[in-house]
Amino acid sequence: MNIPTPDLVVDSVTGVDVVLPIAGPGARSYAFLIDWFIRAILFVAWYVVAALIYNRRWSLTAPFNPNAWWFVFVVTPAAAIYFLYHAVLEIAMHGRTPGKRIAGIHIITRDGGSPSVGALLTRNVFRLVDTLPLFYGVGLVATMLTRDHVRVGDMAAGTLLAYDQPAVTLASLGGKLDASTAEILSELLQRWPALDVRVRRELALGVLSRYRSEALPPATTGLDAATPAQADASLRTQLERLAQDGAP
Amino acid sequence: MNESTRDQALKAALLQRSELWKAAAERAHRLARGHAADVSDAAQLADDYRLLARDLARVRRLMPDTRARAFLEAAYAQAHATLHRGAWHPGYALLTLFRDEIPAVVTWLRPHIIWATTIFVLTVLAGYWMVHTYPDLIGLFASPDLIATVERGQLWTEGILNVVPSSVLSLQILTNNVVVSLFAYCAGFLFGLGTLYILGLNGLMLGAVFAFTSLHGLGDDLFRFIVAHGCVELSVMCLSGAAGAAVGEALIRPTHTNRRESFRIAALRSGKLLIACVVLLTGSGVIEGYVSPNPRFPLWARIFIGAVYWLFMIALLRGWLFRRSRQGTLHPLPPALDTPGTAERLVLRQHGSFE
Repeated sequence: MNIPTPDLVVDSVTGVDVVLPIAGPGARSYAFLIDWFIRAILFVAWYVVAALIYNRRWSLTAPFNPNAWWFVFVVTPAAAIYFLYHAVLEIAMHGRTPGKRIAGIHIITRDGGSPSVGALLTRNVFRLVDTLPLFYGVGLVATMLTRDHVRVGDMAAGTLLAYDQPAVTLASLGGKLDASTAEILSELLQRWPALDVRVRRELALGVLSRYRSEALPPATTGLDAATPAQADASLRTQLERLAQDGAP
Repeated sequence: MNESTRDQALKAALLQRSELWKAAAERAHRLARGHAADVSDAAQLADDYRLLARDLARVRRLMPDTRARAFLEAAYAQAHATLHRGAWHPGYALLTLFRDEIPAVVTWLRPHIIWATTIFVLTVLAGYWMVHTYPDLIGLFASPDLIATVERGQLWTEGILNVVPSSVLSLQILTNNVVVSLFAYCAGFLFGLGTLYILGLNGLMLGAVFAFTSLHGLGDDLFRFIVAHGCVELSVMCLSGAAGAAVGEALIRPTHTNRRESFRIAALRSGKLLIACVVLLTGSGVIEGYVSPNPRFPLWARIFIGAVYWLFMIALLRGWLFRRSRQGTLHPLPPALDTPGTAERLVLRQHGSFE
């Protein structure tokens, strides 16, 4: 079942609304898990390396009577990596973390802009509430129950998580294609299953012929194919290649 | 020309502008990363924004399910975000925070600070009275080890530096205090009840432990230990409680369009005070690690340090540590000038261009 995601519709001075799709609990949890693994790996890596250097032997255990260097060099940086990961990276990466980047989401304000440092700190301080009682219980329930899928920290900071806009570049429709042909090609491929076989064959040949100076050999048109179905599939393949590479 | 033909012509004309869209999208991405070629390059984004808006409105109607629309939606959203991102200069932001914003928050929170302090003091007195009257109740507030140590006639702080170095002690104490302080603020989310609980519990514990040590003749020693760092530490407890109370009050009595908006504004506003609290608790942690457990510091030196640090806290919260900027602030006019045109005429006369 394809559940539609809610959109944040932001008024703009131009009179044309900015529409931003809001990330739900699934995308948020996915991003959080990735971030959790990254910070856990960084935490363990720092601890292991620093403990080995401190102990000067193959041992990771804390010394029986540790001096200040154990805490300053081994324990504190590891703890800082774990507990300050989100706050520091969200500020440094303008509302993103590696996990959010992989999940394709980022933090925005309710007016569609980038959140301020104060807002990012506030949403991270409120993790103390969101993590209660265990495993982000309050935060998870809040994201499920609220319309914009926000946790308590987001409510306090006036932020929410939106999906990154799909990386559509007009050039990616085919380097050699002009925008008009690219649109026709995209629409043809999208409507391919719904079109009559004869009609779509004619349309496909029309598009393909624009990108060949010489007459199309039989292999290109698919006329030598064993069955009409193979010819049809061959044409579609060429169209897809044209869309991707700019050449059939 | 029928409508379909006109739409086809419009589509073709729109798609011919794709190079402009690409340039606008590229500029918005580049400026979002802070790379502007020059001022005109940055200013061009405003024109791009209008261009993208106009074309997006047409594409939404004429080509709703196309990649051109997806491209324009993305480019428009990016341009919107880039255009609406405020400039941020870390040094100036910090200066403004400590010079203007935190004093303004403290003024705004004054009633909450008074109430939080009153509640804290009352719970300290209540804890003291309870344990002084019924000593067995100390079991509710203190650990068995602490009770046993005091009953042996010793404070648990004696000889602590032989066990834990000052730096480690400072770090542990300041971490713990910062977490408690942040919890007191966040717990305001429970309509202020969480903040009330944290304030009350800490007050009862302080009063109870003071009463218990006094019963065993160690009250003076405890005061001697606490006075250097406690003045600020306990004040910060009340400050973070006040910030939490403001958050709770915003939920109980919303002052804006709805509870969520009130909560957001109160949390963001009072949260600024937490930055000052963290700074002050860092200093307190250092004093508690290096001065308080060190027997070489006489009582007068401890009181002096406590008093000076408390005055530093007041100066920080009032913005006295930084030169106040009067530029851009509006001051009430004297009654004689409070008539239309009078002030303006006076300013012009001072500059020699009037009458």
